[in-house]
Amino acid sequence: MSAFARISSMLAALAGAALLAGCERPPVDSVQYGYRGTGMVQVYNPRAMAEQIPLNQPPVAQPPISADGPKAKDVFKNVQVLGDLSAGAFTRQMLAITEWVAPKEGCTYCHSENLADDTKYQKVVARRMIQMTQKINADWKPHVAATGVTCYTCHRGNNIPAEIWFTAEPQNKRADFIGNLNGQNYPATTVGLASLPNDPYTPYLQKAMDIRVAGNTPLPTGNRNSIQHTEQTYGLMMHMSKSLGVNCTYCHNTRSFGNWQESSPQRTTAWHGIRMVRELNNAYMQPLTDTFPAARKGPTGDVAKVYCATCHQGAYKPVYGAPMAKDYPELLKVAMVSTSGPAALPPPVAEAQRSVLYFDVGSPVLQDAQARGLAELITTMSKTPAAKATISGFHSAAGTLAQNQELAKQRAFTVRDSLLAAGIAESRVTLAKPQQTEANVAGEDPTARRVEVTIK
Amino acid sequence: MVEYQNLFTSVQVVGPAELGVPLPPGNSPRTGKNPWISHLMGRIGCAQIGPIYLGPLGLASLIFGTLSFNIIGFNMLTQVNWDPVQFIRQLFWLSLDPPSPAYGLSLPPLNDGGWWLMAGLFLTISIFLWWARMYTRARALGLGTHVAWGFLSAIWLFLVLGFIRPVLMGSWSEAVPFGIFSHLDWTAAFSLRYGNLFYNPFHALSIAFLYGSTLLFAMHGATILAVTRFGGEREIEQIVDRGTASERAALFWRWTMGFNATTESIHRWAWWFAVLCPLTGGIGILLSGTVVDNWYLWSVQHGVAPPYPAVFGTGVDPAAALQGVKP
Repeated sequence: MSAFARISSMLAALAGAALLAGCERPPVDSVQYGYRGTGMVQVYNPRAMAEQIPLNQPPVAQPPISADGPKAKDVFKNVQVLGDLSAGAFTRQMLAITEWVAPKEGCTYCHSENLADDTKYQKVVARRMIQMTQKINADWKPHVAATGVTCYTCHRGNNIPAEIWFTAEPQNKRADFIGNLNGQNYPATTVGLASLPNDPYTPYLQKAMDIRVAGNTPLPTGNRNSIQHTEQTYGLMMHMSKSLGVNCTYCHNTRSFGNWQESSPQRTTAWHGIRMVRELNNAYMQPLTDTFPAARKGPTGDVAKVYCATCHQGAYKPVYGAPMAKDYPELLKVAMVSTSGPAALPPPVAEAQRSVLYFDVGSPVLQDAQARGLAELITTMSKTPAAKATISGFHSAAGTLAQNQELAKQRAFTVRDSLLAAGIAESRVTLAKPQQTEANVAGEDPTARRVEVTIK
Repeated sequence: MVEYQNLFTSVQVVGPAELGVPLPPGNSPRTGKNPWISHLMGRIGCAQIGPIYLGPLGLASLIFGTLSFNIIGFNMLTQVNWDPVQFIRQLFWLSLDPPSPAYGLSLPPLNDGGWWLMAGLFLTISIFLWWARMYTRARALGLGTHVAWGFLSAIWLFLVLGFIRPVLMGSWSEAVPFGIFSHLDWTAAFSLRYGNLFYNPFHALSIAFLYGSTLLFAMHGATILAVTRFGGEREIEQIVDRGTASERAALFWRWTMGFNATTESIHRWAWWFAVLCPLTGGIGILLSGTVVDNWYLWSVQHGVAPPYPAVFGTGVDPAAALQGVKP
């Protein structure tokens, strides 16, 4: 073999090795779970799994303790969230939180010598985070199901969860003359080292930019989503895929990413997850911005925020779906912090063409103030015998969909039955399933729990 | 030592340099009076490098091409703060992007697509000058203009991607960025945005011609190599005066698949496959967004995309299921 041939074959071998260096070595396991031929397959690397599995084991639960005895709020001072627990159960919960969040620092990570003192910012944050955990477990069941979450789901023994995000520092463009990176074109780990837009979080997980980019009709009907917008969505999906350690096909039949009929049920869970993260960032993290010291904030002075990886950390379910929360039932129910009782309902709307009546949480019965709106509706209907009423019931997003739809129906029935009882002919009253698709995606919104009546 | 020899073997005979036919009047002289003999180049082609004919078209094309190359390069270099090491490390990620969607077809600021427009304009001018050069050089040699028209087919795809389609869509942002990974990301995003290019029939045609080209090239290359022992590599002579090499090659294909191309027609096959690949591809790109918005739904409508059994139950869009709830 000539020297030339030797050198070129050596170079070829080197180039081949360099190309393969980024790959995982075979064999990998693949599991088909969709219809054959559709590529609905999950790929697992057994060596990567062997590393990951020990990292995703739940800690042993604190030994159970009697729920009887004096309440924490009577024994201790300044217990705002968990006061209804017995003093024993409260202490047990505090021990668990210490183990989950500050195993090295202990109680003093949050508390000063006076345990009731709120001077340490960690304590203020922790209180809000307990409320956030309760909120997730109570109102975000479409995402966390009955498994629920605890502090450990994200913290895993760290003061600060390993996976958090800050809004990316904007590029220093100097005179803004040349060299615009356009928020992308950098090997960012956030998007799996692609040159995709490297902050897909701010637009989708804090603001509510539309994730859906593809059109809903074969021919153009006004969908103007740009390619750059598509790349932004692509970046978010890269994050989700990496965070859960799954392929695109975990949720999508990739022949049509937008098609829900051929998507796996996980896509629906993920859809709720995106809305959940958005709410957590805006309702819980954002308001804590001033509570955190500057060292805990991002390059632009923003608060640390949540994304999929914060809980999932590379697993399809955080801690492989270990049901930790059931051992801490106090984390499963929303504590009412304010003493003023449930949020007041808006006054009923009683116009000539339209009535809106509001309901309490989970209730199909009208309060006194709302009943006055109903009385006005009956008067309107009696005065104009030709008028017909169309009744639609609505619900807030908290709770399960099936229960909610039943509740919305019951609310509509309440109004219909009242009209019939007041002598309005049945032919003048129709029930209609609401057509609008604007969504209150999670939680209690008093303006969402309502019945709307259109009079024509 | 006995060595089998034909035109393709690596024995390199070095003689007086071939300086080419006399140039017609009005042509500028060729560059390179003393051609350079490269052994390495001789292993893959002709060992003689030069002389080259540059001429006014070639010179102008190089100037515009260099301008465009430098605009892209200096944008990338500024993106890494003029750090040559980072420039090399991040080269595949760096990119000069088209304007943001907000600018539509208006003139954007220099640093938000202005440089991109300029680089694209200069590159287009350079490519067209090079095309004219290919055409005139072919005529000067008394050749047909097949190469120029083949090149124009590729230029068509380039123009559809960077100019014609963006203009029809009313936004420069639809065009492809100048960058290694960024143009690949663009391709993936384009397919996602327009409902999967897999279902675009012109995309399918283009792929058929692409793979067809490689297949024809492999079949033709193999056939000619196989008959060089009978002088088959002298293809042009075989076209004019068919010898035993052509006869055997034709016989081989007639025996194996019942049909054979001729020494002349195989080149027409190959040329048309190569030309039709970017031609049909360009049509496919041009129709996306302008005429068809979602190729998957379009295929469902026309019975092309088959329905699959609902193994996951009936998936429902949760946004639609939440009807009646207010934000």
